[in-house]
Amino acid sequence: MTGDRRVVLVGILLAVSLLAASCSSGGQGGAARAPEQTIQNKGSDTMVNLALAWAEAYAKRRPEVRVSVTGGGSGTGIAALFNGTVDIANASRALTEEEKATARQMGFEAVEEVVALDAIAVVVHPSNPVDALTIPQLSDIFTGRITNWREVGGEDRPIVLVSRESNSGTYAYFLERVVRQGRHDSQDLFSPNALLMPSSEGISNEVRQNPNAIGYDGLGYVTPDQKVIRVAVAPGAPAIAPSPETVKDGSYPIARPLYMVTRGKPTGAVAEYLEWIKGPEGQAIVRELGFVPLQ
Amino acid sequence: MSGRADGDLALEQKIGTRAMPAVRRRRLRGESVAEALVRVSGISVIVFVALVFVFLAREGIPAFFEVEASNLLGTRWYPTVGRYGLLPLISGSLLVTVGAVLISVPLGLAAAIYMHELAPAWLREILKPLIEILAGIPSVVLGFLGMIAVAPFLRAHLNMPTGLSAFAGSLMLAYMALPTIISVSDDAIDAVPRSYRDASLALGANHWQTICHAIVPAARSGIMVAIMLGIGRAIGETMAVLMVTGNAARMPDGLGALFQPVRTMTATIAAEMGEVANGSVHYHVLFAVGIVLFLITFLVNLLASVLVLRRSTRSDQLLE
Repeated sequence: MTGDRRVVLVGILLAVSLLAASCSSGGQGGAARAPEQTIQNKGSDTMVNLALAWAEAYAKRRPEVRVSVTGGGSGTGIAALFNGTVDIANASRALTEEEKATARQMGFEAVEEVVALDAIAVVVHPSNPVDALTIPQLSDIFTGRITNWREVGGEDRPIVLVSRESNSGTYAYFLERVVRQGRHDSQDLFSPNALLMPSSEGISNEVRQNPNAIGYDGLGYVTPDQKVIRVAVAPGAPAIAPSPETVKDGSYPIARPLYMVTRGKPTGAVAEYLEWIKGPEGQAIVRELGFVPLQ
Repeated sequence: MSGRADGDLALEQKIGTRAMPAVRRRRLRGESVAEALVRVSGISVIVFVALVFVFLAREGIPAFFEVEASNLLGTRWYPTVGRYGLLPLISGSLLVTVGAVLISVPLGLAAAIYMHELAPAWLREILKPLIEILAGIPSVVLGFLGMIAVAPFLRAHLNMPTGLSAFAGSLMLAYMALPTIISVSDDAIDAVPRSYRDASLALGANHWQTICHAIVPAARSGIMVAIMLGIGRAIGETMAVLMVTGNAARMPDGLGALFQPVRTMTATIAAEMGEVANGSVHYHVLFAVGIVLFLITFLVNLLASVLVLRRSTRSDQLLE
């Protein structure tokens, strides 16, 4: 009977290892914090390259302060901030009321500061003849009301929707601004047929090789082998391509602020770091990476 | 193996008691320590499994009280707006797994028969280690391969809207289950006594008839185990599936669904667990998904055990 026992055990082991894998990513181990000269920074994947560039440039200026940066998503960063494992959370969305309430319950105020602006670009395969869409059209496409490119002036092809995972700040913002067209009473959701990609790389990979695909991602992540769609607020309004200029003057409709969140008002090294980021040096890096500076 | 061990023990006892009493005594002490260690490891496995289940239940069962049954049994998985329908995830996992089994079982069984019965000896010597190497390929590598090579190929040649589909997932899982299926089936065939083959050939059956009607039926329970282990590997696999199935939580609608994107339970847990706030409804529901997954794997293994039990006489020997 050892035979069937072995089968059961192997099966159980499979389940256990699966669990172990899923638990470890949800863990919250109390990372040791070195005395005030190390700044732990975690969160939005949209911001991870930007945050890394800031950390590197800051290390040259202030070698005694070490900033370590990890991604994982806005929600992940905020959760880590609340658990006390990081000093600064990067978020590509504002905190929700629920999150603010959680912070107050835990005995501190979550303070968010705008550190840069970001535009979400809508991208398609380079061979796609469509080059401008309105927000209502995009909403119809991403909710699944429009399923063929013919309906928006393209070829007779099915539309394949490519989205970020639901834990991404980019997902949340696109849902609110485009799918629901900024209306708070709207209950519209992404079509269940939308492909949810765990990374920006997943999106660009699908969009660059699939002529049916339409996707969206932060402007800083768009590679030259994808075609960027010009977006109009409404039918008849001018269709605007995303660029630092159009984001700053407010004419490109799908743009948003990027935040850094701290537990309470920042002090010491963290406050100095945030000041530097908002200053001319930090904002020059923002421009270099394809995001939009504050000033 | 157990027979040989008994023999060794008998031999040791003979040597120990008659020729070397001092060594024998020392050995006895060593043996009792070893025995205790083995017992502790054995029991700890049971404890670990029990702990895992307790943990799963503690984190997952609240979901069944916090979310109404009609919501959990719904067809819409939108955790950001509180829709926790598990059906698309369960059916997604099953679809990908069934697809993988349909591809890997005939292929794996045929490969095992070829390797054991038909291939020339030199080829067998090459095939065996190659298959073992296959088993060692990390799933994330396969997933990457699937994402950049297999999915675009499928889209272009099967005229699918997108290659990221249940079928792509099934292909990758079949690839992963194949080494298990082949080597366990091969062992099973290898364990069929020579006398069966000789008897069949002596009765005038040719080689092919012997394979079909004597060897494979005799190895049936071992082959069953191979298939179940393959299924177990497929249903629990996460990384490759996360990368190639598209992760769209849609309900399958008929046979065509195999060529549509799906979202599996494992991919859902992996993609969303990192984000959820500890103790939230979403967190509990993800553990509930884990419970469902655990139950399904458990059922598959139970089924395998029952099947093996029914024809246990041979399988016990083959698996030793």
